[in-house]
Amino acid sequence: MVQSISTLKCASRIEILNEGGFRSDGRRQYELRSIEIDLSQQGHADGSAVLTHGLTQVLVSVFGPREAKMRSQTIHDRANINVELSIAAFSAGDRRKRSRGDKRILEFAAAIKSTFEPVIQTSLYPRSQIDIFVQVIQQDGGFLQACINATTIALMSAGIPMIDFICAVSGGVHSTSPLLDLTLLEENDVPNLTVAVMPKTRKVSLVTMETRLHVDRFEEIFKLATEAGQVIHGEMKAAILKWSKGLVKSMGHGNQDRDGGEVDEVGFD
Amino acid sequence: MAEITILKRTRTEAVVTQRKFFKKTARGKVIKVLRERYLRDDVSCGIDHCRECTDAQSLPVSGDLQHPSFPNGHFVLPDTNVFLSQMDLVESPLFTPPIILLQTVLEEVRHRSLPLYNRLKALTRMDEKKIWVFYNEYRAETAIIREEGETPNDRNDRGIRKATAWYNSHLKVNRPPIRGQPAPKLPTIVLMTEDAANRQKAVKESMTSVSVRKYVEGMKGATQLLDLLAAEGTSEIEPTKAVAGRQALYPDYLPTTALLAGVKAGQLHQGHFNANQYNYLEGSVPVPGSSKPVLLVGRENMNRAVDGDIVVVEVFDEKEWKAPADEVVDQDATLKNDDAEDSADEGDTEGHEVLTRESKILQSEKRSAERQPTGRVVGVIKRNWRAYVCHIDSTSLTSSNSTSLSQQTVFATPVSRLLPRIRLRTRQAPSLIGQKILVTIDRWDVTSRYPEGHFVRALGKVESKEAEQESLLLEFDVPYRPFGKAILDCLPKEGEQWVVPPKSDSSPDWKNREDLRELIICSIDPPNCQDIDDALHARPLPNGNIEAGVHIADVSNFVHPDTPMDSEAASRGTTVYLVDKRIDMLPALLGTNLCSLRPFVERLAFSAIWEMTPEAEIVNVRFTKSVIASKAAFTYEEAQIRKDDPHHQDDLARSIRLLNTLAQKLKAKRMAAGALNLASPEVKIQLESPESSDPIDVEQKEMRETNSLVEEFMLLANISVARKIEETFPQTAVLRRHLPPPRTNFEKLQDILLKRKDMKLDVSSSRALAASLDQCIDPSEPAFNTLVRIMATRCMLSAEYFCSGSVGKDTFGHYGLASPIYTHFTSPIRRYADVLAHRQLSAAIGYTPLHASLHSKPYVEHVLDVVNRRHRMAQMAGRASVEFYVGLALKGRGEREKKVGGQAAEVTEDAFVIRTFRNGLGVFVSKLGIEGLVMFKKNMQFDAENYTITVRSTTIAVFDKVTVRISVEKDKNTQRGKVKMNLVHPIDSSGL
Repeated sequence: MVQSISTLKCASRIEILNEGGFRSDGRRQYELRSIEIDLSQQGHADGSAVLTHGLTQVLVSVFGPREAKMRSQTIHDRANINVELSIAAFSAGDRRKRSRGDKRILEFAAAIKSTFEPVIQTSLYPRSQIDIFVQVIQQDGGFLQACINATTIALMSAGIPMIDFICAVSGGVHSTSPLLDLTLLEENDVPNLTVAVMPKTRKVSLVTMETRLHVDRFEEIFKLATEAGQVIHGEMKAAILKWSKGLVKSMGHGNQDRDGGEVDEVGFD
Repeated sequence: MAEITILKRTRTEAVVTQRKFFKKTARGKVIKVLRERYLRDDVSCGIDHCRECTDAQSLPVSGDLQHPSFPNGHFVLPDTNVFLSQMDLVESPLFTPPIILLQTVLEEVRHRSLPLYNRLKALTRMDEKKIWVFYNEYRAETAIIREEGETPNDRNDRGIRKATAWYNSHLKVNRPPIRGQPAPKLPTIVLMTEDAANRQKAVKESMTSVSVRKYVEGMKGATQLLDLLAAEGTSEIEPTKAVAGRQALYPDYLPTTALLAGVKAGQLHQGHFNANQYNYLEGSVPVPGSSKPVLLVGRENMNRAVDGDIVVVEVFDEKEWKAPADEVVDQDATLKNDDAEDSADEGDTEGHEVLTRESKILQSEKRSAERQPTGRVVGVIKRNWRAYVCHIDSTSLTSSNSTSLSQQTVFATPVSRLLPRIRLRTRQAPSLIGQKILVTIDRWDVTSRYPEGHFVRALGKVESKEAEQESLLLEFDVPYRPFGKAILDCLPKEGEQWVVPPKSDSSPDWKNREDLRELIICSIDPPNCQDIDDALHARPLPNGNIEAGVHIADVSNFVHPDTPMDSEAASRGTTVYLVDKRIDMLPALLGTNLCSLRPFVERLAFSAIWEMTPEAEIVNVRFTKSVIASKAAFTYEEAQIRKDDPHHQDDLARSIRLLNTLAQKLKAKRMAAGALNLASPEVKIQLESPESSDPIDVEQKEMRETNSLVEEFMLLANISVARKIEETFPQTAVLRRHLPPPRTNFEKLQDILLKRKDMKLDVSSSRALAASLDQCIDPSEPAFNTLVRIMATRCMLSAEYFCSGSVGKDTFGHYGLASPIYTHFTSPIRRYADVLAHRQLSAAIGYTPLHASLHSKPYVEHVLDVVNRRHRMAQMAGRASVEFYVGLALKGRGEREKKVGGQAAEVTEDAFVIRTFRNGLGVFVSKLGIEGLVMFKKNMQFDAENYTITVRSTTIAVFDKVTVRISVEKDKNTQRGKVKMNLVHPIDSSGL
């Protein structure tokens, strides 16, 4: 991307996919953005993760399973999952405060909740509650996928039993060429969908689309997104493994060894 | 399945790859911008046999060996300004060196001018051109970021130099010397730029850098290419556009009070703005009190007026007066490279080019001596904006991808040449290409070169009949919705079964009606006529005189004042005839059945019956409501045959013959009184079948004796009725007049005739004009007279309806018909004025009382204003429809001939030159009834005084007969079908 003033003035002038096969940020069609997973402790949450996907950054804190605060929300045979989503006012291009009751936010929260309901083994914790607080710190496209991926990691770091990972990725179609992992610019321009897959069982737990997409193109991009889910799974798994190894190491050494800097004190709460 | 990977970005790279910053929008809002990019090392250099880069290659291994200055071969790496100013050179097939096109350059061209970018894009796809796009911003070694205090322009220049340096080292690394062999000759990377500072810096960094001119001068066969170079001093487009604030392009309007005061005091003048269809930079405003309209030259002086607006103009001092330009200036061609987005974003820095081009046009005109009042628009009293039918200009699109959902700013080019391009923002631009769309203008700010509008709806594919038809109707503001229920409820309940009730004294229909069912009445109409509104009869009277009667459908018996049907008819004003469709003024039940004077059925009529001497002197006339039963419905041709065939001795034939003899005498009298025999180009489209409505061919309308027969009697009826209603209702009679044209209108035609043909046109009176028109005969060219008549007709004013009480009695006259008084009475099915005349006549003979509204002058004036406008629009719509079908027919004919002859998909026809321009000819093809332009690319030797233009030593003058090749060409951008003409004889202009 050219760093000149004019580019910024007319963002719509950016070519989504140029003839050299490059996207506006120098990626090719099937290349995903860089993913960074930070599993360091956030506050006194039971599990937390900061996931940076390209320039999209999401912080998820998980509390629980713990006794449900409200009786009305207690379910006698399984745990209740409570997802709260907040989008920082400074996260997007135009500064905008969203209230908690914002319909759009509630919708996303509900989507996240229903995505995770089938994977979390809630029946192990009857009459309790798992709180998932999702905070979007920075948005540059793929906001839902980042939320879901970060939630997966955070749930794992909280030690909540799950039957599988959930890996989400967005995809779109520019003309006839499918693109994976869209930036905000691309999301504004091409029809796009977000797919969340369970990599082991190869089940799909979420497909959402807010734009119109030709039905002939759907299958192609859908399959591609499920494949990409597997790739992201690898990345997430590596991060979890690394973190767990650090944890095991520090457990073995007791509290003195602070080699695994980022994992200190986790697990001793 | 393609390989899916995650690109890893290390944190250290973040300086180059991530950008987060805030910017302030034009509205003052602060926006956070997040961008990142991924740098890679697999961006290919594009040169053949490169050891490192394995992608598809397109540049030859040693570059171009032709240029004498670079014996080792070279690649050209041009800077942005090369494409911005020398695109013609790059496009030339003679310019063949392999070009490395940097992404930086490509993007910069894109931001500067989309049309130029699209041209460049097209070049990169061409096989003949060896152009490789190097994505330097994505290659790790060549990506740079803007430094503190560096202008974007400098940053790009630095990027270009860095890429040049990289190429040099890349070549060196990949072609290492092999031991024992001489060092390989490395081709040079030539940085081509017009920017001297950039050149100096490049040389300092030991790169090869030349200017375009120097490079071309060194080439073999440079002479041809040097012509293509843009003039020196184009560096003014180079300074970056970081200019603060928006610049006003137009002066502000004066406040309304000042305008009104100025008009009242006579310092300013008010009038309708008329755009010039040949030259988009010129318009005129006819103002009262001046024989010539005020000329407006240039954008600033037209000051955002759109055709049809009521504007206030200020007239300049006489020494600044100018003559209208004699050149055709096409908006599309001139503004080809203008950019929708930029002119939206920032005042005018971008438009610099456009402005220089336009001012060049304005200055280059050597204006002929004849000057006319010139001025500028200082205010607009009333905008006359409506929805315009447009096409999207495809080069103004940023993304033509059909799945793109992004909002784009694009140009919409109106179908009418009188209107400026309209800028609009839309999210569906790609899907609108190739469609006719409806766009309305919203506003036109002083800072914006073009008016801004919005998309209303799509009408359909260009050239599909439905879309073309609807766009025609919309363009000419023809109401074409089907009739509503309230209107249909006004029809007789019996519907199709309605008949004249049996004669009885008690029946209201028969009250005061004459029974004329026994008369030998017939109607004569064009073939396939469904709405027969007039019928005729004639019979000898015992006293030796002749009784002649005209019977008009009694529409006012069905259409009563103050009903929904009446008000709808009043607002429609007239029936509109398109080639393949008729838009009725009244519901079809009335028009084609109940009021249609079909043969062998009893119908209500309004009759005008004269007693005439055999010499066609009127003894007396009476008007009566009647019941008739037509005995035959002839076409003009059938009637003619019946009349001419001596075997027919029946009553009908005799009646027609009697009518004919009277008509001839009437005509002779009319001509003697000074009626003009005018001509307008009328053609008929032959349709293949009513269903498919594919035009087969075009033919000229034939005029028969019987046409004239009907015409004479209709004129007679109209004149008689006009006298009667004017006598009875002197204040509110509905009349029609044709004002004598101001003499100045004829000046040009007189001058041309005198200079070219040595003929004089006497315009002192209609009789004198008629006589001198008869003298304009070129014995070698029979069609010449018709041509002069057509041109004379164009100099005249158009006829109009008026209310007798609102103008002076001395202006009632009808100039063309040389009648002191005239109205329309004979076609109430298709003209609303006739309905009013019927009502007034009916009251005049005491049949019905006159409705109160027809006693009111303001009401009649208002209705007639509407009818006049509708009438004008209907004519134009009809003509445009014919034009469209002529185009289709031409295309069809061309294709048929192609099938037969194997080639030559064009039609050639004889044509007359009717206008000369500095760079073209206006021609008239009489056989097809169309007018066209033959354009030359360059200005030719033009003699405005003598109306000649010299093309390669062949002189062509107005009135010369030429042969033109006609083809229908689609504009690539707008998909607008254009009739294109080329001269074939006396000189072939296809290469000019």
